[in-house]
Order: sequence, then structure tokens, then C-alpha cells
Amino acid sequence: MATDAERVRAQETAAPIDLWTRLKYDRNWLGLWFMLPAAAFLLLFLTYPLGLGIWLSVTDTRIGRDGVFIGLENFEWLNQDPVFWLSVFNTFLYTIVASILKFALGLYLAVLLNNHMPWKAIIRAIVLLPFIVPTVLSAIAFWWIYDTQFSIISWTLTELGLISENINFLGEPNNARASVIAANIWRGIPFVAITLLAGLQTIPQSLYEAATIDGASRWQMFRHVTYPMLTPIIAVVMTFSVLFTFTDFQLIYAMTRGGPANATHLMATLSYQRAIMGGNLGEGAAISTAMIPFLLAAILFSWFGLQRRKWQQGESDD
Amino acid sequence: MAEVRIRDVRKSFGHVEVIHGVSVDIADGEFVVLVGPSGCGKSTLLRMIAGLERISDGQILIGDRVVNQVPPKERDVAMVFQNYALYPHMKVYDNMAFSLKLRGADVGDLDARVRRAADILGLTALLDRFPRQLSGGQRQRVAMGRAIVRDPQVFLFDEPLSNLDAKLRVQMRTEIKELHQRLTTTSVYVTHDQIEAMTMADRIVVMHDGIVEQIGEPLELYDNPRNTFVAGFIGSPAMNFVRGTVRANGGPGRLEAGEGVSFPLGDGWSAHDGRPVVYGIRPEHLVMAEPGQPAVDGEIAVVEPTGAETLLVSRIAGAEFQAVFRERHAFRPGERVALAPLLDKVHLFDAETGQHL
Ligand SMILES: Nc1ncnc2c1ncn2[C@@H]1O[C@H](COP(=O)(O)OP(=O)(O)OP(=O)(O)O)[C@@H](O)[C@H]1O
Ligand SMILES: [Mg+2]
Repeated sequence: MATDAERVRAQETAAPIDLWTRLKYDRNWLGLWFMLPAAAFLLLFLTYPLGLGIWLSVTDTRIGRDGVFIGLENFEWLNQDPVFWLSVFNTFLYTIVASILKFALGLYLAVLLNNHMPWKAIIRAIVLLPFIVPTVLSAIAFWWIYDTQFSIISWTLTELGLISENINFLGEPNNARASVIAANIWRGIPFVAITLLAGLQTIPQSLYEAATIDGASRWQMFRHVTYPMLTPIIAVVMTFSVLFTFTDFQLIYAMTRGGPANATHLMATLSYQRAIMGGNLGEGAAISTAMIPFLLAAILFSWFGLQRRKWQQGESDD
Repeated sequence: MAEVRIRDVRKSFGHVEVIHGVSVDIADGEFVVLVGPSGCGKSTLLRMIAGLERISDGQILIGDRVVNQVPPKERDVAMVFQNYALYPHMKVYDNMAFSLKLRGADVGDLDARVRRAADILGLTALLDRFPRQLSGGQRQRVAMGRAIVRDPQVFLFDEPLSNLDAKLRVQMRTEIKELHQRLTTTSVYVTHDQIEAMTMADRIVVMHDGIVEQIGEPLELYDNPRNTFVAGFIGSPAMNFVRGTVRANGGPGRLEAGEGVSFPLGDGWSAHDGRPVVYGIRPEHLVMAEPGQPAVDGEIAVVEPTGAETLLVSRIAGAEFQAVFRERHAFRPGERVALAPLLDKVHLFDAETGQHL
């Protein structure tokens, strides 16, 4: 049975057809029609704010006052600003340390959860909890956990006789960095673990049986079967994890507001502080815009990482 | 190479026992086929030999060693899985080399062994491909290659051909048999296809509901089935059965099957006179009756010519009977036909126990 599109193509060779029929039946045009709603949606909700942000970053707009185009002045200004560079350093530290630990712990947890154990469903549900709790709520909980006087950690360690005075979690720069990173890891692990767990469950059991008979130890099975088969999913998960961490705002803002002495200011929090609190929309937008190259780099990295491995290319018939 | 001895092995999953005491002795170099209907426990038995399932009771010996507590990798067995279980992220070469690599085999030796196996199986040109770039038959061969590079004591096959199309299945069947004749490694092969069993096996183990019904060479099972299950399972098309009572007052007897139909019997059944039995006759042992020959009358229901032979389904005493003819007859559905069983090929089974008389 010939489809309309085929009929059109048959006609194309025979006689010229009018534009309308072409727009209605040609598969390329049809593709365009089908794509339009999604494209409009993306344009409206993604491209417009992005474009506006970039535009603001090259103006001297302040809250309540339209700005004028000032070229790269904001960026030159930022380049001179040690606080900006500190926030860049913090963002990288935060992203790299948190992502690596989230990956390692998440993978470990996923492998654990993939084993048969009693109350498997309940344990899996519990693991998801940090992910379900609203970020701000968990930030407040952490704030309390890290409190200078009432910290449960300090209290426990004191009771155990390990320390004699309370730890100043959020008041001292390096402590504060470690603390917010820990909170971010706690919050980010479920996403990594559950997604990797889903990936683990797609690996056929018979591969493990084959590996058992081939003489693989548990570690060798992980190294030669599990890990390579999981790499495509790891690439996806870690890209998202890095993007989320790099652009993190809520957790920091609720816990430290960038303090002490800007030690935990990330680019996102600094941007917010300068733009909204300080009113310098142009400068704040410039800080956000400065994140774009790094995010693009991460996306490109994952683009190549995500490219389907040679062994998975194309459809497979089993 | 080694012999495999299975001694009164039982297997339970939870409280359900699925293998109820199976004993089989497999000689060194023998090709034994485990056959039986789906769910009879063939795979479970094979996996116990491989070490993938714990043995609930009894013993399995490979060579002279009881392997109940021996982990799979020390049993020196290789297994070919139904879905092949090739590692999708490894090329054919690496799939085949994997077990040797894990053993820390010398690189030169490893390479030589992989290439020799590839050569035997005609895989040399494919060594650089990933499994997904292979056809079903090629994958099947890689799975076998993975088994033979190791030169194990025992090969285990779990329905290795069931994912292939009919033609390829016949071809691979021959290849596996040739391979076995060449390597003479003790092999245990699981299938639910009795033709595969008949054509490949040195000996067949017929299983049913977790027990062994009969063990024997293919033709022995065909000629002397121990009970109705084996008789019905081995041979295709399957043996015809009819229930009835033996009548043998001196001379040649007959089987009264009810509705006034009776089947001819040979001499020597007088001891069973009056006994309720199951009468079995294979389709290929029914011939067109000569005039005067003891025969049974039926109505032709279906005629299925396959070229080499013709399958005739006829209705006798309300039951369907299959007969196979190599010569051509002009059968027409609805006509009547007189079929004569070859009297020395008739099997009688006890009506209650199903045991061969
Ligand atoms: N892991 C398991 N847990 C519980 N019961 C099982 C398990 N594996 C198999 N069984 C049961 O054991 C019996 C034998 O299964 P098995 O897989 O050995 O059958 P099979 O003869 O290989 O059948 P098939 O030809 O369909 O592969 C079946 O009744 C099955 O339901
Ligand atoms: Mg099976």
C-alpha cells in the first residue's frame, strides 16, 4: 500500500505539484510540522531566558533602571575581582569533589542494592528519601546538624570523648566547604544510585553465569562485565550530576549564603547576591554567563562520552 | 576429559522438590542428551553439573572428584547457554579469550588457542566483530568457541539451538556432532526436541517431572521404550495409542478397543488374555492392508504429503491415528482405509502403570 508521501514522490517525478499538497504530505515538511510545538516550547522557556541573561550581561542594567550596552565591561570588571575568582575556585572544588564522591558512593550503593536481600523494596525506597525531601528543608536540617552549639555531630563526638569543644562547621572556611560538600553528596547520592541500579538490572543474569563458569571472581565480574556494560549509563548520570552540582544554589544559599568570608560562594550564589541582593543585574548576569563555557564543556564531554559505544550501535535483534 | 557420575541427585527450590533422585553415569567422551518436556528439570540438572545451582541431595562426580562443594571455576566445565550469553562489549576474540585471560594464560598460548578454535569453527574472519554484528548462527558458534578454547573436561549445552531457525538448527546440529567426534570431550546436551536428541546422542536420558524415565541409545529407546511416556516422546510423528482389552484364546490375538473395533495382535499374548492394556503402534509401522491381512478400518481425516512421505490421519474408534507412507497412495479425506499394523512392531503397555509388557 502506497502512503501519501510515496504517492507524492511518485508524482514529483511525473508532474509538478502545488505547494500546499507538498506541505501537507512531504515527509520532510511533515517532520517540521510535528517538531514545531516542541521547538516553540523550547524557544519560549529555554532560549528566551538564556538570551535575555546573555544580553543583560553586556549591559549595565540595575534593578529599576534600564541599562545600556557596555560591551564586555562587566567581564573585565569581574576578571579583576578576587571574589569572583574565589567563587570559580569554589565551584570547581565543590563540583569535582562532590561528583567523584557521589559517583563512587552511588555506584557502591547501587551494587549493594542490586543484591538479593530482605526488605529490598523498603531499603530502596529509603535510599530515595534524600532526593524526595525538598532541598531547602534538607538544607535547614543540615544547618541544624552543623550548628555551632547544638550540632548532633559535635555532641556525639563529645560524648564519645573524641573532641573537647564543638566543631565550628560552618564558621571556618575549610570546614564550611567540607560541610556543604557533604550535604550535597547526601542529597545527590540517591539520583546516582537509583539510576545506576536501573542500569545494573538491565545486565542479563546469564552474563554473570557465563563469567562464573569462565572463572571470574566477583571483582573480575564487576571489572569486566558490570562496569563496561554500565558505562553508557554512567556517562548520562554523571553528566547530569555534574551539571546539577555546578549550578547548585539552594543548598548553599540556605546553609551559608556563601560565607564565611565568601569561602562557600559558588558562581550561582554570587550571581544571585550581586544581581538580586545587590541590584546589579548586569554584573550578576555576567557571572552566570561566565558559567556557560564550563557547562558547555561538560556537555560536550558527555556528548562524546555518551556516543553509543561501538558494541551497542544500531539495533540489536535480541 | 572425564566421566560424569550423577548419583541420586535431588534439587529443591524452597519446599518444592523439582528433581527427585536422578542417577546417570556418563562415560568419558560420551555425548549424552537430556531430553524431556518443558519444566521436567533438564536445565536444573545441567546447572547443578555446572555449579550454578546448589545440589540439594546426592552427589555429582566429575572424574573421580565429588564436586558438590567445588565452585564452578574449579570444576573445569564449559557451558553453552541458550541465549549464548556473549559479552556484548567484547569482540569475538575477547569473548573467546576471556576465560584464558582470567586464568592468566600465557599470551602466545592464548592467542594460539583462540585462533585454533576460531579455525575449527570458521570464525577466523569474524574475530574482530562485536556480538551484535553477528548472525544468530555465528553467535552460536562463538558461544561454542568460547567453550572449546578452554579445552574443558566436560561441555554442557543448554538448548543451544533453540534460538535458530529450522534450517540452521539442522546444520548446527551436524556441526556440533562433528565437533564432538573431533574433540571427543564428554558432553551433556539439553534439549526438548527429541529429533535433536535422536540425531546427536550417543545415549539419551529421557526425563519427565524430575525423574529419569529411561536411559539408552537412541534406537534402543525407539525400539524398546520402557513405558508409554518414552514411547510417546521418542519418535516423530508420535506413536499411536489405543486402550483396550487383550483377547487371545489360543492363536493370534486381538485387542478389543470398544465400539466393535479391534486391532490385530501377533502370537504369544495368551498370557495376557483379558488384561486391560494400552496398545501402541508407530505411524511408520502401519501399512495398507493386503486382502485377507488382519487390519483395522478407519476413515481418512487429513492427508499431509511432505514429498518424501505422506502423513495420513485417520479416525479409528473415535481416536485419531497417524500413519506414514513412503510410497504414494491416492488418499482422499472421507474415504475408508484398511490399515495393517506390523505385528512384531506392536507395543503393549500395562493400562495402569504404563509399563511395557
Ligand atoms: N529458580 C527457581 N526457583 C523455583 N523453581 C524453579 C527455579 N528454576 C526452575 N524451577 C522449577 O524447576 C522445574 C524445572 O525447571 P527447568 O528449568 O530445569 O526445566 P527444563 O526442563 O529446563 O524446561 P525447559 O525445557 O522449559 O527449559 C520447573 O518446574 C521450574 O518451575
Ligand atoms: Mg531449560
